[in-house]
Amino acid sequence: MTSVKRYSPLPGFRLAMGYTLVYLTLIVLIPLAAVGTKTLTMGWEAFWAAVSSPRVVASYQLSFGASLLAAAINVVFGLIFAWVLVRYRFPGKGLIDSLVDLPFALPTAVAGIALATIYSENGPVGKLLEPWGIEIAYTPNGVLLALVFIGLPFVVRTVQPVLGDLEKEVEEAAAGLGASRWQTFLRIILPHIAPALLTGFAMAFARAVGEYGSVIFIAGNVPMVSEITPLLIITKLEQYDYAGATAVASVMLVFSFVLLLIINGLQGWMQNRHAKGA
Amino acid sequence: MSIAIRNISKQFGAFKALDDVSIDVPSGELVALLGPSGCGKTTLLRIIAGLDFADSGQIVLDGDDASARHVRERHVGFVFQHYALFRHMSIADNVAFGLRVKPRRERLAEADIKRRVKRLLELVQLDWLADRYPSQLSGGQRQRIALARALAVDPKVLLLDEPFGALDAKVRKELRRWLRQLHDEIHVTSVFVTHDQEEALEVSDRVVVINKGKVEQIGTPESVYDHPATPFVANFLGSVNLFHGRVEDGHLHVGNDALALGASEGSDGKAVAFVRPHEFDLVPGWDEQGALAARIVRVVSVGPSAQIELAHGDGKLIEVSLGRDAFRLLGLSEGDRVSLRPRHIRVFPTDALAA
Amino acid sequence: MSATIALHAGSLEHAETASTREPAWVRVVLISIALTFFAVFLLLPLGTVFAEGLRKGWAAYVAALVNDDAWDAIKLTLITAAIAVPLNLVFGVAAAWSIAKFEFPGKRLLITFIDLPFSVSPVISGLIYVLLFGAQGWFGPWLQEHDIRIIFAVPGIVLATIFVTFPFVARELIPLMEAQGSEEEEAAVVLGASGWQVFWYTTLPNIKWGLLYGVILCNARAMGEFGAVSVVSGHIRGQTNTMPLYVEILYNEYNYAAAFAVASLLALLAIVTLALKTLVERQTRRQLQEIIEPSGE
Repeated sequence: MTSVKRYSPLPGFRLAMGYTLVYLTLIVLIPLAAVGTKTLTMGWEAFWAAVSSPRVVASYQLSFGASLLAAAINVVFGLIFAWVLVRYRFPGKGLIDSLVDLPFALPTAVAGIALATIYSENGPVGKLLEPWGIEIAYTPNGVLLALVFIGLPFVVRTVQPVLGDLEKEVEEAAAGLGASRWQTFLRIILPHIAPALLTGFAMAFARAVGEYGSVIFIAGNVPMVSEITPLLIITKLEQYDYAGATAVASVMLVFSFVLLLIINGLQGWMQNRHAKGA
Repeated sequence: MSIAIRNISKQFGAFKALDDVSIDVPSGELVALLGPSGCGKTTLLRIIAGLDFADSGQIVLDGDDASARHVRERHVGFVFQHYALFRHMSIADNVAFGLRVKPRRERLAEADIKRRVKRLLELVQLDWLADRYPSQLSGGQRQRIALARALAVDPKVLLLDEPFGALDAKVRKELRRWLRQLHDEIHVTSVFVTHDQEEALEVSDRVVVINKGKVEQIGTPESVYDHPATPFVANFLGSVNLFHGRVEDGHLHVGNDALALGASEGSDGKAVAFVRPHEFDLVPGWDEQGALAARIVRVVSVGPSAQIELAHGDGKLIEVSLGRDAFRLLGLSEGDRVSLRPRHIRVFPTDALAA
Repeated sequence: MSATIALHAGSLEHAETASTREPAWVRVVLISIALTFFAVFLLLPLGTVFAEGLRKGWAAYVAALVNDDAWDAIKLTLITAAIAVPLNLVFGVAAAWSIAKFEFPGKRLLITFIDLPFSVSPVISGLIYVLLFGAQGWFGPWLQEHDIRIIFAVPGIVLATIFVTFPFVARELIPLMEAQGSEEEEAAVVLGASGWQVFWYTTLPNIKWGLLYGVILCNARAMGEFGAVSVVSGHIRGQTNTMPLYVEILYNEYNYAAAFAVASLLALLAIVTLALKTLVERQTRRQLQEIIEPSGE
């Protein structure tokens, strides 16, 4: 191990690296490998049957569809939040800046029961919406709402520093060359923050697809209608259908890893752009 | 304590950072490792310290082979380019660090440590900063504290990596004079790395010029400046005019002009010649023999000397520097024809340039 | 450089002039949207938790918290965090030390591996341990033979919690330590400091805020984790219920007031976490500023 690394006078590489690798292997890699081996031993047909049954497909559609939509909504509102926090002064700004992270910090079960209560027929917001025929709790709308809630901080927190880094001179130059504020935004600011927006979108999407706690209380969990994939995995487990649960899980895992690689790539891209710009 | 660097080579991937480098540093000397950035000088310094290891070769400290010794056991003082002061410790604690981390049986009593720190801070003339933190100090002050911290453990050798690199021009000059004085007081064998030739020539007893991982020349500041061993050294030290020409019958032919060479200078064939700006005599008119015919393009006459830019033959620019009064006496101005007679030419065969 | 450091954005203010200012109505609209969204999506849920918890009065609120089941859930939550956080703390420091202070091939891959648990659904985080230690799992038969219970017991809850909070400390420390470089540590080594002395006297003081930040986030997630723990717990009341699981049980039993009373404790934890986080962010930003642009120069 020490032979492949560059010499360093600092101590402790072997100890620290050894510990890191052992701990990583025991806690993360071996358990994750269990999904892989379990999936591989079940055979193709059983696997395919498990992951393509109508109920499972319906759950994919809901999970992925609602997550995509939620992430897109988060891009819009996240950008507005980041913009307002970086550029404007207004009362309560400090509080908002701290509380944007609430969806990170609030246990998902707590968020789940709170959202379910607020948006149910009798809840403070659900009551207002009911006369209009808008139902949120216990429908796919509820799933979407919960996913918007948990995804918001991702976009805000990736866009905020990048927006703050943008030099004012660049915008002044654009204005000096005759660009309107809207043109400056579209042609100067938006391209600058696009990688951050995209990264935030991907992170919010990845989180939303796997989300469980904040969704199940508000979703209603009707099979084929408002049942998300993570819940389906639990349902299968409770029916002792370990193979089925694992098969569905492996599909989600592969999807998550691909997203993780994409996010890492995006972040590398962002860093390179900034390194060049600096 | 003396340092002997024997046949050190070091490679980073495909890049040869040091190629068979050997240098002797006698006890008590102040030696500069001079070269352009990326030439391997900092790597060499780190290898001497034990912060890095060579692929082959030896580092001999005071007659003992220290090549395999860990940096902790080499007893060197190292001053980092960016000082590397401990941010969260007061200045006094920074200086005391090396004394406090010693094993208990070697450690001084706390009172002695305090006394010693005070003495060191007085030595670098900053005892009034003892309770401050590094972030409250200027660059020059941090540099001196870094030095005091390195000296605290009584190092046998002091190594400084670009000690003035991060400072502005004025502080640099002051600090470099101060370092020389300090060295004359404490006489610890010292090696410092720099890319600034002026710094190397002014401060050191001896200069080692390094290029692309190889030693080009070792010598006193005067000797490397006046007698560069290679075209690289001639070019790197001080400003210089470079001529391409041919050597024939004791003359250097440049364009249509022929310059007389000393008997020992140059063998026949293609050659490059170096003449420093202040090593020219100016004669009005183009009648002079053994001189370069040129025309004055521009004169900057500010300060003690006049900087004269001339065009030779096909338009090659030559820089000449002359005492301001001497230049005024010649009565020349821009556009005039002059003959340039070099007092001193250094000639190298062209193939030496490639090396 | 500052752009590449994963600095937690805070109030990165942006001074502006007339030429880079939007019309007043645009500002008002944008701020209104943000404030409305904030009120409906963030403030309202938080307020609801406390309002619902106290709906039946203070006495009912206290009664919901002061009973054996609630106390067991609180105890298990604290125990779980007390095991998971220190373990991940040590791991985070070791990983950051080897990654930030040394050069070796495969570094980026290692960082990606460390990030893995963040991209795995909580449900799957629980499932993987069921596959390993459950009755039908790899080690299931052996564990049954020796009468060791991991799944549907406390060890499973602890393991799943360790997994979901695995990257927190490491991913805070890695960018911080990379930004700080190794010069101070090298200086300490040259001055004769031993391995532990280098760490205690130079590294630790420089990373303490980042470390605290990671620990705060790690702890919040450890105490609040629901999905992963739900899969491995088996919901045995008084034995394998953490606070979030207990909230779920109460809620599903239509005991809303009690559910929200327990939830309010977790919400308090979230608020304290955010407050500490804001505080620590200020410290780390100041520290980073010192690295990037030392004063007095």
